[in-house]
Amino acid sequence: MSSPSVHAHQAPTGFIRKYIFSLDHKVIGLQYYFLALFSVFLGMALSLLMRWHMVFPDMKIAFFEKLWPAGAPGGVMTPELYLSLMTMHGTIMVFFVLTTAPQSGFGNYFLPIQIGAEDMAFPVLNMLSFWTTFLALVVMVMAFFVEGGAPLGGWTAYPPLSAVGAVAGPGQGAGQTLWVVSIAIFCGASLMGAINFIATTIDLRAPGMSLMRLPLTCWTWLITAILGLLGFAVLLSAGILLLLDRTAGTSFFIPGGLVFSDQIINHKGGSPLLYQHLFWFFGHPEVYIAILPGMGVASQLLSTFSRKPIFGYRAMVYAIIGIGLMGFVVWGHHMFMSGMSPYSAMAFSVLTMCIGVPSAIKTFNWIGTLWGGKIRFTTAMLFALGFVSLFVSGGISGIFLGQPALDLYFHDTYFVVGHFHMIMGVAAIFGMFAGTFYWFPKMFGRMMHEGMGKLHFYLTFIGVYCIFTPMHFVGVAGNPRRYADFKEFEFMQNLMPLHVFMTWAAVATAVAQIIFVINLVWSMKSGAKAPDNPWESTTLEWSIPSPPPFDNFGGKHPIVNHGPYEYGVPGAPKDHIMQTDPA
Amino acid sequence: MSAIAELSKSGTGLPACHSGSPPPPKTVDRGGGGGGGRASRRASITGLFVLFAAVTMFFAALTSAMVVRRGLSDDWVSTALPGVLWFNTALLLASSAALEAGHRKLKSGDRSRFNLYWTAGSILGACFLGGQYFAWSELNARGVYVFTNPSSSFFYVLTIAHAVHLVGGILALLYVGVQALRLRIGPAVRTPVEVASYYWHFMDGLWIYLMLLLFVWG
Ligand code: HEM
Ligand SMILES: [Cu+2]
Repeated sequence: MSSPSVHAHQAPTGFIRKYIFSLDHKVIGLQYYFLALFSVFLGMALSLLMRWHMVFPDMKIAFFEKLWPAGAPGGVMTPELYLSLMTMHGTIMVFFVLTTAPQSGFGNYFLPIQIGAEDMAFPVLNMLSFWTTFLALVVMVMAFFVEGGAPLGGWTAYPPLSAVGAVAGPGQGAGQTLWVVSIAIFCGASLMGAINFIATTIDLRAPGMSLMRLPLTCWTWLITAILGLLGFAVLLSAGILLLLDRTAGTSFFIPGGLVFSDQIINHKGGSPLLYQHLFWFFGHPEVYIAILPGMGVASQLLSTFSRKPIFGYRAMVYAIIGIGLMGFVVWGHHMFMSGMSPYSAMAFSVLTMCIGVPSAIKTFNWIGTLWGGKIRFTTAMLFALGFVSLFVSGGISGIFLGQPALDLYFHDTYFVVGHFHMIMGVAAIFGMFAGTFYWFPKMFGRMMHEGMGKLHFYLTFIGVYCIFTPMHFVGVAGNPRRYADFKEFEFMQNLMPLHVFMTWAAVATAVAQIIFVINLVWSMKSGAKAPDNPWESTTLEWSIPSPPPFDNFGGKHPIVNHGPYEYGVPGAPKDHIMQTDPA
Repeated sequence: MSAIAELSKSGTGLPACHSGSPPPPKTVDRGGGGGGGRASRRASITGLFVLFAAVTMFFAALTSAMVVRRGLSDDWVSTALPGVLWFNTALLLASSAALEAGHRKLKSGDRSRFNLYWTAGSILGACFLGGQYFAWSELNARGVYVFTNPSSSFFYVLTIAHAVHLVGGILALLYVGVQALRLRIGPAVRTPVEVASYYWHFMDGLWIYLMLLLFVWG
């Protein structure tokens, strides 16, 4: 680790230093944001192809054949192609959207400003971490274009399927190798980012910004960084061992006596379960990496737009820390089916139930914040409310999945797909939308269009419930997950109308996203000019011009005198007291 | 948690570098954001310890994989450690000692001794890497490759992962050495020296741990 570079107070002028290899945390934050935006549309496109195939498996679609001559001969998608789309969809969404936008995007932009710093602690490291992430994305997308195409192993890449190479199917050769390499690169990028976030939060806070005055967004970014630090280090080790199994002939994860496509696999003694343990030791914290920043944004927005202090600030902080710590001891709930001892399953189950407690605390505090508030239903607020709704809906099904006895049935059914899309997929995405509508004026100096925003919100909110709620029902009916289509199954035929419904809901929801893109682009150019503090918020980013000057505070050094959520303080002249207002 | 709380309390005021800014209060520094000064010095040290946490996690994961893989199978054939490793260990310890001696000299203002010790430490460190190369060649000559046996697989993974971390360390040592020759580092500007040498000591400790692990369980 090099020491923080000396970075001058003047902004760089050349295009490349300013926008490409920028050291400015704000530019880097936007770079992450747009990388995630690109990825989310790519991931969404893949999901539409999957949904379409699932309900119209025999339809001949010429452009499938153009895109994937081997994967869709005659325009009909093979099951292998379906699985590769599924793998890439899940991987891109989890790593390049959920891990990237809420933490590295918004966090990079607003953490330094909210704590009163001029930049991140290590600007060069920050730039490196973005470009490393970019490289990882390029390598991942390359998997589509190599011989055999993208891998089939799912975003979890369980061995032996992911470890034995091309014999395991198209995409399991070069495609899977690129997948592993990309994930390893991504781990490196995330580690760099995590170091920066933690050092910045600990050491660069402005005078008066004590830990208990940190906005909850900063708390979630800090804890997320700690989760990322510990989690990605473990995933990196798993990735390296997997890569060696694939390329160097080792047998870390490959057991003896395997036969793939009539070929005997020349490995022995390895343990696929070992990989699962390493993967989920990272994997469960990963879902909190995805959701915690959204929780921070929701807390910030619910307080701001209810014109009330956040209910139970300290409890919120301890809940965030509790979720972070306990997130490391529940990974076994992804492995109830692995033949683990029922006693371990019991332990993991109890711990999983325990992690519901801080989650419930947060939910109650959000409701407590709303209670009796003077609520302002801006688009940003609507998305924050949507976040809470989706978090609760997704969390409840988690309680069922945390019971070993029930999970034996639910595992690998659409019940799981419904659960994790609600809580980790769309809840986190709603957090990003909320953040976008809330911070857009600060980032671009213009307001987003509220009318378009609300239309987009309602369509999306109804849309995602229409897509993902029925998945729970078909899951309870036994609908298996990771199947390309259900033609062969008698018992599935009754469920097909629901699947058709979900597909059309997905198409409609995807179309509704066009409104968002139009709103984004239109508002950047022609939105109403944003004042410094359009939402009458209290945190530091609202005390400076929109958009902020290069060094954030224009050479001044903010002093913090107040907590982050002093709304509606009795006897105060205004209904909100900025953190930088005189004591 | 308490470490974080500790750090947040330990701040001292930093002289304001812009006229007209309010006097720095006692509790915490202003945010430096890479602007140099005490805040960024502390951030460098914090960042280093955070990095240690990540490295520890990485090797802990490999260790647990090794213990599990060893316990699960009947195909484990222990790898006899190449003798040169003991010599390498001595080299690495010596390089750490030299860097530390240099650090002390710098503190007391003796730049030329610092340069001497720092260069010596860097060369010893590079020799360690060379020595590791010998160890791998020796195993290869014995016909023990990464795929030969789970024990040898872990031997190579752990030692190579450690070596990769050391390459990063060597780059840091070189960077500091060059900065020192350009007079960019002195008794009052020691952060890079401390960061690089602490990192090196950490790698030293990690190596001792790996030697024990490989000796006892390999
Ligand atoms: C437009 C909205 C979305 C639709 C219609 C959709 C649809 C799907 C479908 C059909 C599958 C395959 C299920 C299977 O065959 O087992 C899937 C898997 C998955 N999706 Fe989505 N998805 C959407 C958004 C998201 C988002 C926002 C995320 C972010 C977390 C996400 C993460 C995943 C993951 C992790 C998988 C599992 C892949 C695997 O099994 O390896 N999806 N999705
Ligand atoms: Cu989990």
